[in-house]
Amino acid sequence: MTHLLYVAAAYGCAALGLGGLIAWIVWDQRACRQRLTRLEASGVKRRSERAPS
Amino acid sequence: MTETTLTGRFAGLANPTRFLALADRLILPMAVLSLLLLAAGLVLGFRAPADYQQGTTVRIMYIHVPFAWLSMMCWGVMSVAALGTLVWRHPLADVALKAAAPVGVVFTGLALATGSIWGKPMWGTWWVWDARLTSVFVLFLMYLGVIALTRAIDDAGRAGRAAAVITLVGAVNLPIIKFSVDWWNTLHQPAAVFRMDGPTIHPTMLWPLMITALGFTVLFFTLHLAAMRTEVLRRRIFAMQRLAARREEGRSA
Repeated sequence: MTHLLYVAAAYGCAALGLGGLIAWIVWDQRACRQRLTRLEASGVKRRSERAPS
Repeated sequence: MTETTLTGRFAGLANPTRFLALADRLILPMAVLSLLLLAAGLVLGFRAPADYQQGTTVRIMYIHVPFAWLSMMCWGVMSVAALGTLVWRHPLADVALKAAAPVGVVFTGLALATGSIWGKPMWGTWWVWDARLTSVFVLFLMYLGVIALTRAIDDAGRAGRAAAVITLVGAVNLPIIKFSVDWWNTLHQPAAVFRMDGPTIHPTMLWPLMITALGFTVLFFTLHLAAMRTEVLRRRIFAMQRLAARREEGRSA
């Protein structure tokens, strides 16, 4: 294995790790926003959003 | 700026809606800034001359060293958040701690992986159980422990306090990692940048390293802020589901 291959392996590993982390954060946030939208559509409101009685 | 104004602004972030608005405004510009810094640092790094001993493998330094620094800085951020939970009882402190742990475990894993890949051509081995490598591996396990703990307890408040205590105890490992190369005889080289007598790296390599380190630091805070935003939304969902369940109970009673 030439030294250039070690450099490529290290950068490839970093790209995979960071890419996976970013993809997970984006996917997690989308999933949360979708659940929140569904809850709001079903009429559930947070206490702070309800009109004062 | 007076102390009262600063405290007021800090306390103002305790309002999740205000925090979400700030995060929405900051995340994109921070992501763009980190990409620009990383691109500039890596271009300069690959145009810098190869090391006279290590040859082209020295280019692994531009990612390995920032990952290693940030793996420790992330635990430092979590320790401040732990104090925020236990001492100041700031509502976003345990959100910050829980959101930082997955980012920290990835940065620490990448520091170990890139270090191992760099070690093979330079040391002739992928891994040795020397003080620096072992203490960073312990940090990696500690991140996994905090991630498991924050997800094992349903009550966010209880989980936050338990994780805060574990994080503060685990902070003892940070000086051990930093000074392991001075206290013990290790295969890992001693500090080359933050030294009392100044950096020992040539400026043609030091500048790209500092720029990539800054780029990765901005990337870390971007990802941390994004993960915090998701955690705030998750808690909002949990509260709404609880309200809906109570309402259902009220109807059926």
